[in-house]
Amino acid sequence: MDKSQEEKLEAIYQESLTNGDNIITVLQQIQNTFGYVPEESVHWFAKRSDIPSSKFYGVITFYSQFHLAPRGKNIVTVCAGTVCHVKGAPRIISKIQEDLKLKEDQDTTRDKQFTLERVNCVGACSIAPVVLVNNRVLGKVTPTSMVKSLKEYKE
Amino acid sequence: MNSEVIVNVCMGTGGIAAGGDQVMVAFVSEFESAGIENATVKEKCRLHKVGCRGFCARDVLVDISVDGNVSTYQYIQEDMVPRLVKDHVLGGRPVKKWLVGEDYHVFHDNQTKIVLADLGKIDPESVDEYIAADGYKAAEKVLTTMRPEDVISSITDSGLRGRGGGGFPTGLKWNFCAANDSDQYYIVCNADEGDPGAFMDRSIIEGNPHAAIEGMIIGAYAIGATVGYIYIRAEYPLAVDRLNKALVDAKARGFLGDKLFGSKFNFTLKVKLGAGAFVCGEETALIASIEGERGMPRAKPPFPANKGLWGKPTIINNVETFANIPPILLKGAQWFASIGSEKSKGTKVIALTGKIRNTGLIEIPMGMPLKDIIYKIGGGIEGDRLFKAVQTGGPSGGCIPQQHIDLPVDYEGLASVGSMMGSGGMVVLDEMDCMVNISKFFLEFTQAESCGKCVPCRLGTKRLLEILTRIVDGEGRKGDIELLQDLAEDVRDSSLCGLGMSAPNPILSTIKYFRHEYEAHINQKKCPAKVCNKLLTFFIREDMCVGCGMCVRACSVSAITGEKKEPHTINNATCIQCGACFDACKFSAVLKE
Repeated sequence: MDKSQEEKLEAIYQESLTNGDNIITVLQQIQNTFGYVPEESVHWFAKRSDIPSSKFYGVITFYSQFHLAPRGKNIVTVCAGTVCHVKGAPRIISKIQEDLKLKEDQDTTRDKQFTLERVNCVGACSIAPVVLVNNRVLGKVTPTSMVKSLKEYKE
Repeated sequence: MNSEVIVNVCMGTGGIAAGGDQVMVAFVSEFESAGIENATVKEKCRLHKVGCRGFCARDVLVDISVDGNVSTYQYIQEDMVPRLVKDHVLGGRPVKKWLVGEDYHVFHDNQTKIVLADLGKIDPESVDEYIAADGYKAAEKVLTTMRPEDVISSITDSGLRGRGGGGFPTGLKWNFCAANDSDQYYIVCNADEGDPGAFMDRSIIEGNPHAAIEGMIIGAYAIGATVGYIYIRAEYPLAVDRLNKALVDAKARGFLGDKLFGSKFNFTLKVKLGAGAFVCGEETALIASIEGERGMPRAKPPFPANKGLWGKPTIINNVETFANIPPILLKGAQWFASIGSEKSKGTKVIALTGKIRNTGLIEIPMGMPLKDIIYKIGGGIEGDRLFKAVQTGGPSGGCIPQQHIDLPVDYEGLASVGSMMGSGGMVVLDEMDCMVNISKFFLEFTQAESCGKCVPCRLGTKRLLEILTRIVDGEGRKGDIELLQDLAEDVRDSSLCGLGMSAPNPILSTIKYFRHEYEAHINQKKCPAKVCNKLLTFFIREDMCVGCGMCVRACSVSAITGEKKEPHTINNATCIQCGACFDACKFSAVLKE
């Protein structure tokens, strides 16, 4: 862990003292800063705050929002809500996996360009099936239109 | 231009996804190039972003009002804006072919709106517009003229019940909480709407955030809480932004902070972002999450009303419940109690979606027959296919078949057929949906979201899912239906919290009403709705196939062969029934059976 990273963590720590923040808020700050929760940041924070690392890991692994590994440059989030499911979300997921050459249990492409995620529901059921690329909402997606949209993000 | 013009552009998540942002930008630039100057825009012509009015399927929806005559347009895109401005705004002639049709009015006219009344009319980011629509009047009345116990009895008299799922009487809950002797009380708004297929709380916060805030101020005063939290899903970025802005504005106007409305009452309200766990919708899990812990539920009692956040008496209600509070106090408990059915008062906001013509957000008086929701408001089934079932209550609810189509939609009605109100999601399913697959879908969800604290839910949902998976994969065994029922009942009866207790509902209700579909999967190895790929055989119709080769490229196991421009064939011994060829074929030549 280099100096600038430590400085960033120290700032988060100081802020948490002022605001009385809890572990979830601290982890959200760390993730906002680094894009994920690096393992060494957890140990650093545990030491600094005198809270055991296990406590942090307990929270990190409980909530789907936290990631322990770096993620892709583009985040493709497929809505897996009920409506999207009956309107074809599973077919879109397999098309994305095929197009990005992702294996069944693999989320991020080797070149770290894309991460595929599922979300329970984005609440845009009337334009299902829905896919978010970064924060752009795509509605009434088909496997073919999905591949076309992904092309725009490929380098 | 001498007329007064108001243009409303729908900018909820649905509206923005359909291009609302671009439409808004197009209006701004058209106004500029038409020479309608800023000063005029402010006084005479207002361009206005509004929240969701419910009919998201027709977005982008735009209202143009000239001297009070309102015309509503549907499916508006940015390239249509110049003509709208030229013909309608400047020329005074509405563009008839883009106007909404009769069905738009039928959709709205059959609803009764309390909570959604101002959605789609006011700018959610403007506290002034909320105030102009009688906003914060109820809070002022309560804090300056009513005693806390009178507020609670008004809510009790109104018959309002929790809109988050359980349907517990709100007044009673507040009373339990206020009855404790404590140095601190808390009030919490549950906006952790995690049900797949539900978006009422999101739409309310996006469309009228001050309504929920005002409801919380009143609730806080009634129980004596000086601190409140709104626990909201981080997956709702737009709602979070608008909520934060609303809090800043409310504080600036003195609706939050110290000595509200000149009384002695102080109230601080904070936002807590959820970190993505469905179980946090459960009260005790939500409390753990606000405290920064793993969001795992604990046994009740003690109930949060007695021992909640940091061990202090705490009220937790959801967004819709709080949004009902100001109208009740403004218009009176009797008015509210006159709407709805015998035991369920008021209205319910419902997210009506699935295979239905008019999808969107609706608000109905409690007790409206299911039939009216689907055929009057919803406009019937998409593509005139056959209605099969409606799924209510999300993963905790059940499927209601055709035979119960006359059922009144209220807490008791839905429970009587093995489903539940839940937070109000309603997904319509047609003949092309497989009920076993739907039930597996919900179990995948609950199994993944089970927090793992209690054994029946952690292991039970896992085993239930395994059995369902083997049935849809064509490996179902004799006795699986009975096994499912047996295990489902055990999980229901012995789980710690609502998640586990209700997780088996989708299975039990689909077996009850659609047992024959389970039997077809297990005994005949057939999926009647042709959804479960593993039970289907794919083949190509010779007379339809043009030999384009699209399916050959889509097939990952090289099961399809044929000469160019000649009909192709699928080798069923190699085929893995993935369905890629079915999706790839543009000539509907791939069939499944």
